[in-house]
Amino acid sequence: MSTTEKAGGATAQYLDERLGSNKWLGKNLKKVFPDHWSFMLGEIILYSFIVVLITGVFLTLFYKPSLVEVIYEGSYVPLKGVEMTEAYASTLQISFDIRGGLLIRQMHHWAALIFVAAIAVHAFRVFFTGAFRKPRELNWVIGVGLIVLALGAGFTGYSLPDDLLSGTGLQIARGIVQAIPIVGTWAAFLLFDGEFPGVDFMSRIYMAHILLIPGLILALVTVHLMLVWYQKHTQFPGQGRTNENVVGYPLMPIYMAKAGGFFFIVFGIIALLSGLVNINPVWIFGPYTPDQVTAGTQPDWYIGWLDGALRVMPNWETVAFGYTISWNILIPAVIVPGIIFTAMALYPFLEAWATGDKREHHLLERPRNAPVRTGIGVMAIVFYSLLWLGGGNDLVATTFDLSINAITWFLRIGLIVLPPLAFIITKRICLGLQRKDREKLLHGYESGRILRLPHGEFIEVHEPLPKAQQAVLASMIESHNTPLPAPAKTDANGVRNKRYRIDKLRSRLSNFYYRDAVAPPTMAEIEAGQAHVAHEAELEAPLHEYEESNYVTVPFHGGVLHEQGEPMTNAEALEADKGSERGTD
Amino acid sequence: MSDLTTRGSDNSGDKPLPEKPHGILARPEYEGPGALTVADVEHRPRRSDLDPKAARRVERQITLMFLLSMVMVVLFVIAYVSLNSTQTVYIPVLGLIGAQNVALGVTFGAAIFFIGAGAIQWAKKLMPDVEVVQDRHRLASTPDQDAAAAAQYERGKEESGFAAYRILRRTLIGALALFPIPLVVLVRDMWTNTDPALEGLSPAEILSETAWTDGLPIVVDGTYQPIRPEDIPVGGLVSALPENIREIQKEFHNLNERGKSAIILVRMDPGEIRSQQGDGWDYQGILAFSKICTHVGCPIALYEHRTHHLLCPCHQSTFDLADSGNVIFGPAARRMPQLPIGVNEEGFLVARSDFQEPVGPSFWERG
Amino acid sequence: MKALAAHRRHPLMALALLLIALGVVGGAYGVVTTQPTAADTVMVGDQTQIEEGRRLYLEGCSSCHGLNAEGTSAGPTLIGVGAAAVHFQVATGRMPLAAPGAQAPVKKPDYTAEETLAMAAYIASLAPGPAIPTAEQVDYTNADVAEGGILFRINCAQCHQAAGQGGALTQGKYAPSLMNSTPTQIYEAMLTGPQNMPIFSDQTLPTEDKQAIIAYVMELQQAPSPGGMSLGRLGPVVEGLFLWTAVLAAFLAAAVWIGIRAR
Repeated sequence: MSTTEKAGGATAQYLDERLGSNKWLGKNLKKVFPDHWSFMLGEIILYSFIVVLITGVFLTLFYKPSLVEVIYEGSYVPLKGVEMTEAYASTLQISFDIRGGLLIRQMHHWAALIFVAAIAVHAFRVFFTGAFRKPRELNWVIGVGLIVLALGAGFTGYSLPDDLLSGTGLQIARGIVQAIPIVGTWAAFLLFDGEFPGVDFMSRIYMAHILLIPGLILALVTVHLMLVWYQKHTQFPGQGRTNENVVGYPLMPIYMAKAGGFFFIVFGIIALLSGLVNINPVWIFGPYTPDQVTAGTQPDWYIGWLDGALRVMPNWETVAFGYTISWNILIPAVIVPGIIFTAMALYPFLEAWATGDKREHHLLERPRNAPVRTGIGVMAIVFYSLLWLGGGNDLVATTFDLSINAITWFLRIGLIVLPPLAFIITKRICLGLQRKDREKLLHGYESGRILRLPHGEFIEVHEPLPKAQQAVLASMIESHNTPLPAPAKTDANGVRNKRYRIDKLRSRLSNFYYRDAVAPPTMAEIEAGQAHVAHEAELEAPLHEYEESNYVTVPFHGGVLHEQGEPMTNAEALEADKGSERGTD
Repeated sequence: MSDLTTRGSDNSGDKPLPEKPHGILARPEYEGPGALTVADVEHRPRRSDLDPKAARRVERQITLMFLLSMVMVVLFVIAYVSLNSTQTVYIPVLGLIGAQNVALGVTFGAAIFFIGAGAIQWAKKLMPDVEVVQDRHRLASTPDQDAAAAAQYERGKEESGFAAYRILRRTLIGALALFPIPLVVLVRDMWTNTDPALEGLSPAEILSETAWTDGLPIVVDGTYQPIRPEDIPVGGLVSALPENIREIQKEFHNLNERGKSAIILVRMDPGEIRSQQGDGWDYQGILAFSKICTHVGCPIALYEHRTHHLLCPCHQSTFDLADSGNVIFGPAARRMPQLPIGVNEEGFLVARSDFQEPVGPSFWERG
Repeated sequence: MKALAAHRRHPLMALALLLIALGVVGGAYGVVTTQPTAADTVMVGDQTQIEEGRRLYLEGCSSCHGLNAEGTSAGPTLIGVGAAAVHFQVATGRMPLAAPGAQAPVKKPDYTAEETLAMAAYIASLAPGPAIPTAEQVDYTNADVAEGGILFRINCAQCHQAAGQGGALTQGKYAPSLMNSTPTQIYEAMLTGPQNMPIFSDQTLPTEDKQAIIAYVMELQQAPSPGGMSLGRLGPVVEGLFLWTAVLAAFLAAAVWIGIRAR
């Protein structure tokens, strides 16, 4: 044993006598994790969060969350002598007068953007593969909570430099709070210590950004990861993979190396990106003051959908009995996001209720095998993307020479019409893909080779599916569900069913999900199909001999009719050929 | 193939392990069937498994990556001490960029990246890539464990007497419900009013008034010079503030008043004014409007002088300043408040009163 | 006629019809619309600059702006706009308009510098208006760039964007980018309020302030991007687009590389 190994062993022993850690190590160092690139998306989130934390600590050494006005005397010439808040001045100091400060600031911002983007991609991966089903519903709800926290962390974070762009965003946020009925003005005054911009709000959102929100995120992420560890990760269907096992690689050494290596790769890409591509040049926008604004005022991308919703909303407001309800603000900024996040959080329970499925699921579903769920997901993406487009509508207008008014109207109508259209199209595509899979399972895949049988029939030769692919396609059997039966108004004794209304709703929902389900083949049918394919292969087998040779000897008769004694089938001809000498090569 | 339990049942009960598929070697330390082999999965050995020269080449590749990483660290330190924030460098595609940032970023990034890339190559090409199988343990407890937990709970509930002592229970719940109230009450002073003039006013009342009063001169934002009507041509736009704005800012150490009393002055031909919010609120075709959008409060000053439209860059609310500032497009529900103006004895533009409606975004008590 | 009827279902008939229709429409358009012609540079005798300007004006501008520059439904009056306005519009190619529409975009100028000055002189002769700024007026070498930045953000950024990249206006109009504007053009634009841009007179925004703004715009034009590739300085939208294309692609490529089996 080398000295490091001896030292390592001694440390392990030391800890074990106090923590009992060797037992845990023994069990978990061999823990198997399934391997798929889409499972790395959660790792991107975790690692970019770690980068955000590390770079954030560096930034807190220099940033001052104060709205006291100072005169800038740093090295950025176009702002020399300009009056600005300490928050803005300290951000400029980090960017120009602390070596590496701009790099760390950009790394922090890029890592934050990547953090939220990876959350979105990861959430969609989990959604489209049905990984949120039992027993992972709780983890899904925690995930939705993490999404909201991530949005809050980002919003408070990019508002800290107190530049014209982000300050305008805060002004908008305040306008939204103020519009809340009954308590809005009080809530806004409490949050901002009076009117906007006040002097206290920067230190308040600073506290939220570096203490409250990261604390909550860390706590929830810990629970999130512990659940993944304890419940074991899901896996895609495939050969050897069942609902009762995990197939992959052990934690030590493979996963340690891959996950550890990926951390450095994520970190490295973020650092490279921050050296090469500028982000959030606050010095261009100038210090914030509530009576100035720039064209092209947008929030960071993950809040862009909210901004878009505010832009396309028609100007509905109700004024009655001396009170105002601003539907034009409440609907896009409070009600619709509230509905969206609530629906997201409750979705696993809704789907389970609709299917009546109480099984544990550790095998992932292929999106095509859950057409309605996939359709809902695509519908959500289309809805979100349209709102995103709305958020940047003035930039779209100048880039593509369009009118912002036309874009706004297109989105107002499109937001209602396009998502259901996307749902219908996606569902139909999924069903079509399922039918194709069914064909493949029963008949193998088309090889493109045409074979003429002795009696004249032309057939296309099918190849048997490789076992690995068959395992994947056959997962449609597991995914298959049928709608729940409609409830009876009364039971056998004529007693009225008290839950009739709810059961009817449930049955309707279940029908919506599974009415059009494609019936998968049974294992017996698959096996029969494979036998048929094997039979075709037999028919074709003799021809394989010809694949190697340069010449094919065909007896020439000078006519169409065979003479007596001549071979009648290809197989017989082959036999005859084998007997005689093959032709000259 | 996976076990197809009928719908409605969960994975309860100690089911026996599925029959071991043919040909798998058992590796007992994985508590399951063990490693998947050629019989089950077409395992293709890697080049580095078969060819020792390829394996050595991979080793060299990984070593080179780690060495490069170390070199990058040295380059980082050199760049740190020798570059400053004013130096620039031209790089194709990237353009004219800061030299310090790109040097530090590329060296730091490459140093970290190569560690990761080397580790991944090591895992992919040199560590074994035979897939292993491990069993999942049932998550639900056994019926015995369920029963034991229930029994323990029942016993504890009995012994606590929580169900039996009704008054104790109710008063405990009452006390627990009330104790968070001080925490909520403490939040009240998140807003403390430092301005004696605003003493006793509610937020809605404070929002409804600005610093503008009769006779208060109007000054140009940025130069803080007063304005004569003849200074503004037809089609002109001036961003303006009250004359005493800087004193107010100094007194209260905040920019709040700017966010309320900022206005724009526009001049159009008097014949083009179709309507105003009050008779004679303009001065010879010069109109004063609030600069704070009535949607969610962005400053608004995109004035198209030929169409007389005022556009907000945040959410594209559009107002017609020749028609009482009424909304003609976009999400804003209320018109832009107009400030009545006139001229004082010295000939400078002054306000004639405060706004007659609250400026900025709507709120509940607005009326 | 019989031949036509007999061949009406011929496969090439559709093509022939299309070509005829295109030809008719294109020809009609060409006949109906007037093309602005480059001015005839031959001077007859010793005509003054104003006379020359009037001649050019009548040829190329009067159809929309009226025979006496009094304006028509197609174009506003030019009486009182001053030489600066004419110089700005014609030297940047905005006028003459190639086609009616929401915006008068910058394009290659149709007139030479002398012709432009001549037309400017003619319009200036009709009524007093802003003159073409002198070299001293647009000299920004002593101007304070920081002060210019403050004024730019107060007066210009809401339409032209904080980095001068331009911004959208209503109904398809836009405030153009300032990245290729010269000091004279910037001064003239502030002074004359072209198209829908408001007018910033020398009384409310004195010459020193205009010079400061010009200095700031010049600074914006050649400023390096300290943090790396600038992505157009258009703000979070472009940054987000870059993120969701290039950056995400890089991460997904890394994830796939890690996940797939080695050869």
